[in-house]
Amino acid sequence: MHELSLAQGIVDIVAEAARAQSFSRIRRIRLAIGALAQVEPDALSFGFDAVSRGTMAEGATLDIERPSGAGYCLGCSGQVELIQRGDPCPACGGFDVMVTGGDDLRVTELEVD
Amino acid sequence: MCGVCGCGRADEHEHEHEHVGADGRVYRHTHGHEHEAVRAEPGAEVPGLSPGRLVRIQRDILGKNDELARLNRARFAQAGTFVVNLMSSPGSGKTTLLTRTLRELAGRVPMAVIEGDQQTSLDADRIRATGAPAVQINTGKGCHLDAAMIGKALDRLALPRGVLFIENVGNLVCPAGFDLGEHRRAVVVSVTEGEDKPLKYPDMFAAADVVLVNKADLLPHLVFDVAALEANVRRLSPRAPIVRLSATTGEGFGAWLDWLSAGAKEAAPA
Repeated sequence: MHELSLAQGIVDIVAEAARAQSFSRIRRIRLAIGALAQVEPDALSFGFDAVSRGTMAEGATLDIERPSGAGYCLGCSGQVELIQRGDPCPACGGFDVMVTGGDDLRVTELEVD
Repeated sequence: MCGVCGCGRADEHEHEHEHVGADGRVYRHTHGHEHEAVRAEPGAEVPGLSPGRLVRIQRDILGKNDELARLNRARFAQAGTFVVNLMSSPGSGKTTLLTRTLRELAGRVPMAVIEGDQQTSLDADRIRATGAPAVQINTGKGCHLDAAMIGKALDRLALPRGVLFIENVGNLVCPAGFDLGEHRRAVVVSVTEGEDKPLKYPDMFAAADVVLVNKADLLPHLVFDVAALEANVRRLSPRAPIVRLSATTGEGFGAWLDWLSAGAKEAAPA
């Protein structure tokens, strides 16, 4: 359940932004959680509800975007799309594919008062 | 006109919205709309205009851990310590592998250990019995070690100009996501587990710099296809060396000890 730690990370980022940007209430938190990121969005939402209680992030809606996975295939020297980690290159079937995108784990935007 | 919903109203109003995620999941919610908010944020893509102020921040959720990992890495570099993060499922034989390693390299390479478990200091006690210094971290309810825990443990440990082993919590999922500042990740899988483990826990095996196939002495008694396991490791980590060994009999240990010694030399050139 490492999603709890990540949820705590989100609450910390929000609190820091609140100090820097002078806002007192947060309505919505937009996240980018890539398709290849090591996170289960449902578990993250559940963990967020738990750890945000009593903080200024309590009650905020999580909007989760899922950037798709991308890799560079060393076999065919090209960018390919990856649905999940460990999938073969869709072009040549090889497994020598380096993940180049879709492992994002970011807070991208806050909607605040 | 409201550019998001196309409803033609210019005043503040509400709509129920749907966002369809890349995973096909539908997120539905209601916003108030205020068109000025969009004009105030040129270039912002707003999926529902809102009376709230928009703050774009682009912060990595693991940013704090990564920063602390960088600090740990700097301490390791200064001390000339080669750091190996040892990960596996519970029961793969990590601690037995570690105690044998400590005994085999004793007197040749200075070593220390950070032990991670939810509870007890049983593992640190086993390590200390070999003569190597060990610090136990208890994660409580936590399922993994993070860079902050390692930073605190380092305050209680003299770093060797040799090898520091960090034995992570037995778990093939969560520890894969957290950089501790280590140089290398060693993943242990034993032949009493399934050949398909790498495919079931791809994040862990994709992060491996070396894969140790433990309990190899039991192979004559098992129906276990080592070649299939190794092929599955290759799918996630095409270049990581795979070492078959037994922490009980010591077979195959030479390659593992050579790998460690080479790493230690690199971290602390003579």
